[in-house]
Amino acid sequence: MTNLKVNIAGVEFKNPVITASGCFGFGREYECVYPLERLGGISLKGMTFKERLGNPPPRIAETPSGMLNSVGLQNPGVEHFLEHDMPYLAQKDTVKIANIAGSCVEDYCAIAERLSESQIDMFELNISCPNVKQGGVAFGTSCENAAHIVKEVRKYAKKPMIVKLSPNVTDIASIAQAVEAEGADAVSLINTLLGMRIDINTRRPILKNNVGGLSGPAVFPVAVRMVWQVANRVKIPVIGMGGIEKWQDAIEMMMAGANAIQIGAAMFYNPKAPIGVIDGMQQWMEQNGVEDINEIVGAVRPW
Amino acid sequence: MEYLQGSYRVQTIRPGSMCDFTIHCPDIAAVSKAGQFVHVRVPGFTLRRPISICEVDKAAGTIRILFDIRGEGTKVLANTKEGELVDVMGPLGNGFTLLDSDKTAVVVGGGIGVPPMLQTAKSYGKNATAILGFRSADKIVLTDDFEAQQNRVMLCTDDGSAGHHGVVTDLLKQRFDEGKPDIVYACGPKVMLKFVAKLCAEYGVRCQVSLEERMACGVGACLGCATPIRRDDGSVTYLHVCKDGPVFDAERVVFDD
Ligand SMILES: Cc1cc2nc3c(=O)[nH]c(=O)nc-3n(C[C@H](O)[C@H](O)[C@H](O)COP(=O)(O)OP(=O)(O)OC[C@H]3O[C@@H](n4cnc5c(N)ncnc54)[C@H](O)[C@@H]3O)c2cc1C
Ligand SMILES: Cc1cc2nc3c(=O)[nH]c(=O)nc-3n(C[C@H](O)[C@H](O)[C@H](O)COP(=O)(O)O)c2cc1C
Ligand code: FES
Repeated sequence: MTNLKVNIAGVEFKNPVITASGCFGFGREYECVYPLERLGGISLKGMTFKERLGNPPPRIAETPSGMLNSVGLQNPGVEHFLEHDMPYLAQKDTVKIANIAGSCVEDYCAIAERLSESQIDMFELNISCPNVKQGGVAFGTSCENAAHIVKEVRKYAKKPMIVKLSPNVTDIASIAQAVEAEGADAVSLINTLLGMRIDINTRRPILKNNVGGLSGPAVFPVAVRMVWQVANRVKIPVIGMGGIEKWQDAIEMMMAGANAIQIGAAMFYNPKAPIGVIDGMQQWMEQNGVEDINEIVGAVRPW
Repeated sequence: MEYLQGSYRVQTIRPGSMCDFTIHCPDIAAVSKAGQFVHVRVPGFTLRRPISICEVDKAAGTIRILFDIRGEGTKVLANTKEGELVDVMGPLGNGFTLLDSDKTAVVVGGGIGVPPMLQTAKSYGKNATAILGFRSADKIVLTDDFEAQQNRVMLCTDDGSAGHHGVVTDLLKQRFDEGKPDIVYACGPKVMLKFVAKLCAEYGVRCQVSLEERMACGVGACLGCATPIRRDDGSVTYLHVCKDGPVFDAERVVFDD
């Protein structure tokens, strides 16, 4: 029997595969393709205290092996979520991770406090969204700001807290260390890389927001490198993501140092991607005599 | 929400100025409605391409789609051969609200907005008028199919090379002056929809429009395909073309932004 179970900050996941925030809604839209119970966990759509309308369209642009998005954290707000979506999610046997965002520290604290009384299992503090004018990424691009917000939210968060890191920085590992020092229980990375596309006929950016976040297979090697650098510098668990589309990618990401992985953009072209990854990993383990998936975490042998 | 995703065979490819595929997908066909769309994967591309369902044949287990080559993705998709498999997700979106078949309807299609109108006009038979606009005579598609299902066809082209030389709203006004239909359905460029909606409002005719927006997931999970829509209280919010649409009541749509 192979073991796919992983433990992140005291929370048990039946397998290391989590759907990435913003790419899976609150889960409902994929329920007809496979039962949500198959997933290790779901990172829910980024949530703010009050409703946010998000950015004007177009919000999507295709890129070689990837895409840009400038959704801008459109969400119905925490109360609406608790009333309309939490009861549904609560019935699903999978780890529910609330991805929380805001435009000031107080916003993050207020959501963390409110959701601490709910059936949410963990928080993922999004200090890395490139698509909002205030806050978002600004919290995640300096060690001081990142440390400060984690320290404050920690006071209100009664659940394990993952901090999601921005790749749009010069030294992601120092930020990881800064948030670890202030009580982050885990880190997840990478959020999207800031990018831009221009329509050469109209000379206009394709995105109405001009710039947006790059994700999909194009970012995979960058993500693997960053996960490796971070995993070497922190003791807390690392959740790796960015461009994962198949089981080989998931295993590679775990060998780089990730204790679990998330899948985002790949689900847009292959909604069953997470299931393919789970089944593929299991088969690979059986064929290679790997009894416990945790054995491969950080197993890369660097030159 | 119920949709399917898998590999399905392209059964027939008809000649014409657009790519015209009949896909064998009995499970999708069984639940498809007029105005819904399918999300088609193109090998080598990250994003699927949304294409309207043009016709559904539940008995044969097929759907028909027509698309124009607009860019890199549709160019690759156009190379598909009869008998090959395509990865399709669908049916997606809400579709048009069809009235009883004894009511009168007008469908208005412009260019790539013409295909979804065929299934929409079908149940109305001779009670439907199809107002179809194309750039030029060589771009015309589906007029015979509309006629075969007893619809009255009114044709126009931008360059006057076939039918009326002008825009669909000229013909819509002409049709309204003969008597008001119970409903108008429209699909095409946003400016066309804007003027169709305006004319319908002037004449007090109910109007539904099908919108386009760039999509990623196609099912309402990524919030990528936002479009501004007026709420009951008049304030504007962003709804999503893939899930809340692509069909919206025209008076709710914010055309100028
Ligand atoms: C609900 C819906 C139904 C549609 N039905 C039809 C149809 O029946 N027949 C038809 O010919 N076309 C239809 N379209 C438009 C069709 O999706 C685009 O022409 C197509 O995606 C262009 O892809 P491309 O790779 O050729 O263009 P590229 O410009 O290379 O595509 C780049 C990206 O932009 C997106 N994109 C470009 N133009 C559009 C557009 N107009 N709408 C949405 N996304 C776009 C592409 O999907 C892709 O993600 C429909 C669009 C929507 C939203
Ligand atoms: C459409 C879209 C919306 C996203 N929304 C969020 C969000 O609300 N919160 C967040 O932390 N990350 C968000 N992300 C980032 C993803 O969770 C993920 O970090 C990133 O896309 C990299 O993974 P991928 O390449 O597998 O997509 C979003 C990504 C996409 C494509
Ligand atoms: S395309 Fe994802 S919500 Fe519409």
